[in-house]
Amino acid sequence: MTAVRTLFEKIWDAHLVAPETPDTPAILYVDLHLVHEVTSPQAFDELRAHGLKVRRPDRTLATLDHSTPTLPMNADGERPYATPQAHAQVSKLEANCREFGVELHGWDSADRGIVHVIGPELGATQPGMTIVCGDSHTSTHGAFGALAFGIGTTEVGHVLASQCLLQRKPKTLAVHVDGRLPQGVGAKDLILHVIGTIGVNGGTGHVIEYRGCAIEALSMEERMTVCNMSIEAGARAGLIAPDDTTFAWLEGRPHAPQGEAWERAVAHWRTLKTDDGARYDREVRIDASQVQPTVTYGTHPGSAIALDAPVPIARNAVEQRALDYMQGRVGQPMAGTKVDMVFVGSCTNGRLPDLREAARILRGRRVAKHVRMLVVPGSETVRRDAEAEGLHEVFRAAGAEWRLPGCSMCIAMNGDLAAPGQLVVSTSNRNFEGRQGKGARTVLASPATAAASAVAGHIADPREYRIQEEQAA
Amino acid sequence: MKPVTRIHSRTAVLADENIDTDRIIPARFLTTTTCEGLGRHCFNDWRYLPDGSNNPAFPLNHSEGKDCAILVAGRNFGCGSSREHAPWALLDYGIRAVLSSEIADIFRNNALKNGLVAIVIGANEHRWLLDNPGIDLSIDVREQAITLPGGNVLHFELEPFARHCLLEGVDQMGFLLQHADAIGAFEQQREAA
Ligand code: SF4
Repeated sequence: MTAVRTLFEKIWDAHLVAPETPDTPAILYVDLHLVHEVTSPQAFDELRAHGLKVRRPDRTLATLDHSTPTLPMNADGERPYATPQAHAQVSKLEANCREFGVELHGWDSADRGIVHVIGPELGATQPGMTIVCGDSHTSTHGAFGALAFGIGTTEVGHVLASQCLLQRKPKTLAVHVDGRLPQGVGAKDLILHVIGTIGVNGGTGHVIEYRGCAIEALSMEERMTVCNMSIEAGARAGLIAPDDTTFAWLEGRPHAPQGEAWERAVAHWRTLKTDDGARYDREVRIDASQVQPTVTYGTHPGSAIALDAPVPIARNAVEQRALDYMQGRVGQPMAGTKVDMVFVGSCTNGRLPDLREAARILRGRRVAKHVRMLVVPGSETVRRDAEAEGLHEVFRAAGAEWRLPGCSMCIAMNGDLAAPGQLVVSTSNRNFEGRQGKGARTVLASPATAAASAVAGHIADPREYRIQEEQAA
Repeated sequence: MKPVTRIHSRTAVLADENIDTDRIIPARFLTTTTCEGLGRHCFNDWRYLPDGSNNPAFPLNHSEGKDCAILVAGRNFGCGSSREHAPWALLDYGIRAVLSSEIADIFRNNALKNGLVAIVIGANEHRWLLDNPGIDLSIDVREQAITLPGGNVLHFELEPFARHCLLEGVDQMGFLLQHADAIGAFEQQREAA
């Protein structure tokens, strides 16, 4: 008889090249290594310095996303890079991929996009896999029941050279989400609410497994939004057990198994769930019916409240500093706060359903005069699909800018950024000081809230717009 | 990596909680393709005023904060991104050890791999160190002990492999590559299944 195990333990056990000992961490095999231009150049240099090769180029997939401009080429065929260094960084990844035989979804690829958007789109992300990337939001891929986490550049070098990672076994935290999300409340609201509840360090040292009927009811894109932000609670990874929703989404994608191999894969994937009676190190319960449209008011993602709830008073100097930075109004709700910019995009909310959600509110309306709105699809595939539906026309007609895919204002290292003091309602995942430009103030929100706020010119409840729609219909 | 056995220094204190990796090294400095020279931009937007002069409100700009190799930071230091540029920047700036009651996982991992000793200490000791900046500490990695002025000793946990690598200056890549046969066997066995 085998002991009952959690989903995490099943994946962990299946990838042990060598188990951990008191003196040494486990050697964990990596099925898929995702690479981008920012965290890889020093790792490739390390390989070169030691005369090493990439052990499994077939398990390595690279893309350009962080430093890439989202405006098109100029008349001379030049891309408007923010700085020569940004251009050099991109060129370096292109050269490294050529030299080491790694598949790169570069400028000429029809699949280029944010690393955590294209992995799933290509079907490269699959249940039961171990997936790593030099980027903390690698947790996104956990939506497929893969153990996926961010690593540093030294570890990127380790994985390139050995296809393995040295790891101590993390602890497990179950987040049970019971009940149903209210009408007009989405996955982004839910995960902001969860982080607000457990705190920005609530998951430190743990892998979170999200479970319960509210999680099962989510689409794959919504599950990705949830798992994406696990790192914002400090967790190493987020996981959701694969089910029919997962299999239906993956079937037929370019890297997914085909034919008989598909059948065999699904049969195996069905075993990837936590056994009855398996123990987690910690468990938390969340009632989905209590979740409201949620936004942040401070300078970390744990400062999340319902958008009509009053901003709480600072309990210490650090919280006061955050409130001062945000120019927050204690006792007042975030709703009504004047907005300067709106950003819809990122690996949290840059997928087709996210763009549809924003377009639904923008259709037939206009972005307020004083607001600048950027809509940045998560990948070329998202861009094509959105344009096929005419979503880009909706955004443009509303006065928003429709851009090329990339990380853009999520990290603001490609030249897309806000000015000091400006307030940005953003569908991305981090509201740290200066994240969207030096001195810029970020309010994290769902695509619906972002779109409603763009129209209103201040932070606004998207449900009011839905109600208008229904009355008009 | 050079071996790290002992660190002796006065402490500098940044008491803020949740000092994230964007504050340690803002994203616009990540377009570098080397690990060198990031110290100049360590804590950039906190350390400098918009005109480029030193911000007097940044504690490490004060004479007593200067040249300290040991940083005592508020809870949940290093949260956020996986950028190894954060420990690279701190090391280049002159910080060799970070002490806090909580340190974010990926940051800690990255730090130790680069010889930046990231140490988690108890809440009470943490409080005391936050309240008493500029004191002399001596960190002994082998003994996993911090000696306070007056001779009191504080023990800390360090993952045994990370400790071994620090003390011996071992590069973890070498350790992994020693297991090439086991990795090959694992791949074969899986591909046969
Ligand atoms: S969109 Fe933002 S969080 Fe996602 S990979 Fe890009 S920079 Fe990182």
